Amino acid sequence: MRYLPLTDPDRRAMLATIGVKNIDALFRDVPASAQLAKPVDLPFHQGELEVERVIMGFAAKNLSPATAPCFLGAGAYRHHIPASADHLIQRSEFLTSYTPYQPEISQGTLQYLFEFQTQVALITGMDVANASMYDGATSCAEAVLMAQRVTRRKKAVLSGGLHPHYRDATRTLDESAVLAPADPDGVEDLGALVDDTTACVVVQNPTLFGHVRDLRPLAAACHAKGALLVVAVAEIVSLGAITPPGEMGADIVVAEGQSLGVPLSFGGPYVGLFATREKFVRQMPGRLCGETVDADGRRGFVLTLSTREQHIRREKATSNICTNSGLCALAFCIHLTLLGEAGFAGLARLNHAKAGQLADKLAAVPGVTPLNKTFFNEFAVRLTKPAAAIVEALAAKGILGGVPVSRLYPGDTSLANVLLLAATETNTEADMDRLVAALKEVL
Amino acid sequence: MLNRQGRPTAPGNDNGTAITTFTGNRGLDHEELLSFEQDAPGRCGVDLPAPPKTTERLGGLARRDAIGLPGLSEPQVVRHFVRLSRKNYAIDSGLYPLGSCTMKHNPRLNEKAARLPGLGDLHPMQPVSTVQGALELIDTLAHWLKTLTGMPAVAMSPAAGAHGELCGLMAIRAAHRARGDARKKVLVPESAHGTNPATAAFCGYEVESIPANEEGRVDLDALARALGPDVAAVMLTNPNTCGLFERDVIKVAELTHKAGAYFYCDGANFNAIVGRVRPGDLGIDAMHINLHKTFSTPHGGGGPGSGPVVLSEALASFVPVPYVVHDAKGFQLVEHEGAGGHSFGRLKGFHGQMGMFIRALTYMLSHGADGLRQVAEDAVLNANYVMASLKDVMTPAFEGPCMHEALFDDRFLKDTGVTTLDFAKAMIDEGYHPMTMYFPLVVHGAMLIEPTETESKDAIDTFVGALRHLAERAKAGDKERFAAAPLLAPRRRLDETRAARQPVLRWKPPAPAQAAE
Repeated sequence: MRYLPLTDPDRRAMLATIGVKNIDALFRDVPASAQLAKPVDLPFHQGELEVERVIMGFAAKNLSPATAPCFLGAGAYRHHIPASADHLIQRSEFLTSYTPYQPEISQGTLQYLFEFQTQVALITGMDVANASMYDGATSCAEAVLMAQRVTRRKKAVLSGGLHPHYRDATRTLDESAVLAPADPDGVEDLGALVDDTTACVVVQNPTLFGHVRDLRPLAAACHAKGALLVVAVAEIVSLGAITPPGEMGADIVVAEGQSLGVPLSFGGPYVGLFATREKFVRQMPGRLCGETVDADGRRGFVLTLSTREQHIRREKATSNICTNSGLCALAFCIHLTLLGEAGFAGLARLNHAKAGQLADKLAAVPGVTPLNKTFFNEFAVRLTKPAAAIVEALAAKGILGGVPVSRLYPGDTSLANVLLLAATETNTEADMDRLVAALKEVL
Repeated sequence: MLNRQGRPTAPGNDNGTAITTFTGNRGLDHEELLSFEQDAPGRCGVDLPAPPKTTERLGGLARRDAIGLPGLSEPQVVRHFVRLSRKNYAIDSGLYPLGSCTMKHNPRLNEKAARLPGLGDLHPMQPVSTVQGALELIDTLAHWLKTLTGMPAVAMSPAAGAHGELCGLMAIRAAHRARGDARKKVLVPESAHGTNPATAAFCGYEVESIPANEEGRVDLDALARALGPDVAAVMLTNPNTCGLFERDVIKVAELTHKAGAYFYCDGANFNAIVGRVRPGDLGIDAMHINLHKTFSTPHGGGGPGSGPVVLSEALASFVPVPYVVHDAKGFQLVEHEGAGGHSFGRLKGFHGQMGMFIRALTYMLSHGADGLRQVAEDAVLNANYVMASLKDVMTPAFEGPCMHEALFDDRFLKDTGVTTLDFAKAMIDEGYHPMTMYFPLVVHGAMLIEPTETESKDAIDTFVGALRHLAERAKAGDKERFAAAPLLAPRRRLDETRAARQPVLRWKPPAPAQAAE
């Protein structure tokens, strides 16, 4: 077996050194009734070629966006990943290292985490960011708990433009969170729901339905009552084009970072971003990297403020989160470093223009009614037929034609005909024309 | 000595470590500025096409100010991250004996599999009809996990071990509630990972700590006394964090169930028993499995992980959404339960850590049922070999054979002036990542060594030789050398107090110089 270096003579010699007759003697603390006499009923070991064949068999039964024009978004976006980003994250020293508990021999990980924290703080317009969370949805849930710690209040109000997965992950941790009705038209005003018991209001920008909202009035309404404004960003590339949440009064910004450097991979692993104001840093969940010096006075980095964390504080920790999403944070960091100021803004402009082009083409299709006056790279349309059936019909033609809102709001018949469509730099005009032609046939 | 061209042919006698260099570099170890300190405005590492001409629809909210990101070209970015990578220790470059973390070899086939077109590029919201292979893969991995653990159900979506604990405890809470039985307390042995009490508290439970006995195992009498009608669950790690199998585990399960509570097992150490012992045969109700430990998905410098939770019949209906089912039409994904469903809800976005599922299944298929059993045996053999090879110079914390990790305390350092921390830092100069230190908390100055099954006997012999040498030097009174360690790493010991007292958590541009008069 190729992953096991011990030979039988090694094993015999080692058992002799230990002073036992056989391996069973080392398992003697296991109750006899629970010891398996032989391997479980599963296939035996196989070579690389044979295993690869099995996995390729699974892949062959899927429709790959590499071959089918893909207009799906709703919290996960198909972007081009630079070749160097995927290469660099596979460097052994990044891929196969542990959490940087020994800073003297982990400066590589620690320095990129410091750069990552800086990047996240800059693009969100916030003071500080942590070293990542599991994904956007879990970041969102943790933000609500943090707002409750900061304000010592309970009530959380969740916008009807918030991704239902973010909403549900939050509700799993806080069953009392107040849900606003779905807001496909981007017109909700949550200010009236904020009162003296409100810990926070959570809104997504752009919303699930793609609307770009000015959050300043809501921020003012929150702050007037002592509540925090939590802003979720599901498409991080949008921050290259839109006024960042920090500038609009957000107290906590949570985001899904998948769009930069991280493959779609059927929904995970992704990377949650989490940023806040300096004054709240000690209430923030997750790992933090900080700058310091070594015994020779040279700059170095360490994990810090760990007195918030579970391995020190146990049941008094701010969160139970331990491992975060280090390698995805690295992919994000590399991609954003490649983009830089000019590239990040340029990529955002390109996405916005592609979506504008798609929206203009779709607006001319009979049976398609656009719902958005504003959007970044994703928008909603109302069809004359149920969107789920249309999406299936498009898939039969080899086109991944958007996300039917009914999949996220299964009970709401008023949304049955609403379809979300996204366009990114990966969509060509030919893709768009194919979608338009196919839609005309199936509508 | 010089050759005929005047070129020296033998190294001199200089003490290399004392040399200072103009650049601060030390040969292959380069000092590397932050990316932010390498900025040239306008420079870029990607080329983008001109956008199509359309009207802007940002509602007057277009970003106005510069962000402050640095501009670097691709070669600069590649060099930057390659240089950073070389400052990291990694399992690919050396033995990584971090107890409880299971730093084993990460096969590259797993990486290749996760990147295959049709898997790595699938969008999570594609119509279910277009992702039948993906759902079948998840279902196949679930079958392997259920078979290896002897448990009837598994929740696949938790993103990490701690997230799996949360999933297990939420299922337990939901099960109690379904019976109208609100219980307040969770019992956690004091040797547990910090995530256990943190998770229980996170779920709103009061945490009561159960002491360990003199053999490093849970004190059964203390546990029996603490159990009662207000206890929702017992959380036990098995094999435990002392590297020992909890001999009384079946008795613990019986007592727990008799009190109407559920038995949660922290499966972080499943590597020690995979293929030889099924947790389902031990009376366990819920156990998370760290795919990044036992099933070798890479640790990635701190994630991403994946923590599926196997569940007993009693808890099976409380699984979080989404989950995969199979019917006449093929594989379906249940993302919302209708009326009458018991699911406690959703834990994260989309469907789980698919990229990790692919890697873990690839690893399992490679090893097979026979290989996985050998994994456990070799992991346990290697740990016991380390224990046996060091027990005369270091002090094992407990008597008897260990499982997959060997726990030592600091009695052997008594009166040497060398602490566990110093000892660990001296290992860095010998080319090793230190073992887990000061954990578990039940042992003074703990050193927890987990070699894993992917180390050869030769590699372990060299490692043992280095530790024996260090133990002897500590006893010989060489404490200054230990206190100064490490001397040969990219950095010496870092000032963690300063980092915490004056937190600098991000780069900021230097203040502009005063304008000349």
